[in-house]
Amino acid sequence: MTTSSSERGVSLGMPELPAPAYPDDVRARLETDAREVIARYPDSRSALLPLLHLVQSEEGHVTRTGMRFCADMLGLTTAEVTAVATFYTMYRRKPSGDYQVGVCTNTLCAVMGGDAIFEELQEHLGVGNGETTDDGKVTLEHIECNAACDFAPVVMVNWEFFDNQTPASAKRLVDDLRADGRSRPRAGRRCAPSRRPPGSWPASPTSGTGSSKRAAVRDPLPWSA
Amino acid sequence: MTLAAELKDMSPEKLLAPVLSAFWDEDRSWTLDVYRRHDGYEGLRKALAMSPDDLIAYVKDSGLRGRGGAGFPTGMKWQFIPQGDGKPHYLVVNADESEPGTCKDIPLLFANPHSLIEGMIIACYAIRSSHAFIYLRGEVVPVLRRLHSAVREAYEAGFLGENILGSGLSLDITVHAGAGAYICGEETALLDSLEGRRGQPRLRPPFPAVAGLYACPTVVNNVESIASVPAILHRGKEWFRSMGSEKSPGFTLYSLSGHVASPGQYEAPLGITLRQLLDMSGGMRPGHRLKFWTPGGSSTPMFTDEHLDVPLDYEGVGAAGSMLGTKALQCFDETTCVVRAVTRWTEFYAHESCGKCTPCREGTYWLVQLLRDIEAGKGQMSDLDKLNDIADNINGKSFCALGDGAASPIFSSLKYFREEYEQHITGRGCPFDPAKSTAWADRTEVNA
Repeated sequence: MTTSSSERGVSLGMPELPAPAYPDDVRARLETDAREVIARYPDSRSALLPLLHLVQSEEGHVTRTGMRFCADMLGLTTAEVTAVATFYTMYRRKPSGDYQVGVCTNTLCAVMGGDAIFEELQEHLGVGNGETTDDGKVTLEHIECNAACDFAPVVMVNWEFFDNQTPASAKRLVDDLRADGRSRPRAGRRCAPSRRPPGSWPASPTSGTGSSKRAAVRDPLPWSA
Repeated sequence: MTLAAELKDMSPEKLLAPVLSAFWDEDRSWTLDVYRRHDGYEGLRKALAMSPDDLIAYVKDSGLRGRGGAGFPTGMKWQFIPQGDGKPHYLVVNADESEPGTCKDIPLLFANPHSLIEGMIIACYAIRSSHAFIYLRGEVVPVLRRLHSAVREAYEAGFLGENILGSGLSLDITVHAGAGAYICGEETALLDSLEGRRGQPRLRPPFPAVAGLYACPTVVNNVESIASVPAILHRGKEWFRSMGSEKSPGFTLYSLSGHVASPGQYEAPLGITLRQLLDMSGGMRPGHRLKFWTPGGSSTPMFTDEHLDVPLDYEGVGAAGSMLGTKALQCFDETTCVVRAVTRWTEFYAHESCGKCTPCREGTYWLVQLLRDIEAGKGQMSDLDKLNDIADNINGKSFCALGDGAASPIFSSLKYFREEYEQHITGRGCPFDPAKSTAWADRTEVNA
């Protein structure tokens, strides 16, 4: 006797309903930012990658709602947007923790200790690659070479550099992040949570300067302040 | 020669030529004020006093070659842009530095972003462009902040915007963050990505100089290439040519990493050797010897300790069977398993293959399967020829050089370390202890 596909949790191949739109206030806020980004490019489609960064910063990952927003803003289909969003590894397709902890396990960092750090962090946090701790704070993943090989082994938190790590220092780092501590990356700044607090956008250093020239250098990434 | 004289020859003052990195250690080195204290934007003034065509000829005469890996003459790239064609021209700076081992552009942008911006203004004046882009890889947020702030400073100081320094040149720079894809370092994939698409390489011709960004004439240059231009203008092409060799003149950044005593960026005339760099910087970590190294990232065939005296310039490294590439000198000592290193690089290429060309997409997948088996002691002797065969079927048979890069570590490691592969097969496992390769292996205070 066969099990029905719905019992197995398999989709029957029916098209998904369109994604819900953002609430009006969120949409209005994002639209303002999106228009400034689009204005930087001779061709609006060039703004797609920055807009995907923008919607990811809103919800912590790229949702169908976010992709629909990008499609609407740029006159693309959601299929076109999805094709791009799924190509690039920085766009997350499921919810993740406040802190993305990436351990470089490309050859040089791996050999210098990245493999050991990644292994010990998995054990310490009780999560595997791409998984999030129960408290929703830390998502652990292994990452590829991030151009800081002279500081190997490298760990990155929300794409800020933490150099010359050891298993012990990396464990201290994640413990500190889970306690919302004050770990400082190379640039000397605190790591901002990957998802910006509601209403804090825009937080870039050039915000509010008014002229279109300035707007052209504004950054869509929330953690760029 | 006396001992003292020999020692003097090995002194950093004698061997190094810090230009771009000359003031990285100064307080707030990334700001406009500090840059101007070091003659910043003086090269631009000289450039604007020349005609664009003379400027292109000057850069061509300097002999500057691309620092992104291929070594194509920068001035010639500029000259290929058709003039008077009525189309917009674009300059796109490739700041997608992702080649494993390569770590020069990111620290350069972090510590001295204005050298790039000044170089971009000069390049745009030469190729008659009024809109330039910096395609920065997305995963380096602190660098993104510095770039944005440097571009803002340049606008405020009148180096960007309308009628720059009264020259009639108008220029806007857009800083664009990528989203994590090694393939976007390939110039045509980068252009597709900048147009808001999946980053997949284009078939050439047409080359970007004819049909690049938005199908308009486009120059794509590496960060270090463009950042080197202001110093050439300010100090003269003769000064530039006084360093390096006839065919590979000038200074460049060498990135020393791995099991060395003092990893870091070493800026020196082209043609320095790894032996000189190691002698000057303290050598390998104490008690260990060099086993294998890459001259220019993982995509360049590896070298061994036999190659310590190869001049690190385009011709020297080429003659020794590899490529200068990005001058990413990843040094591994005798504790490192070559099979492990190559397996990991190959996993990277398989992950980053964009999937457009079958030989690269399928070939890198099968290389990984074979290598994982060999590393785990489950391989057969016939697998070694199969590895070579698959690599041969990838090499040169795809649109872009990613596949060639994937084949390089396979070919070169089998050439120099075939015995080590055989040991994994006959010994049914890896003979190395990975704990001995870690940065903290020799520290008395473990896991400090």
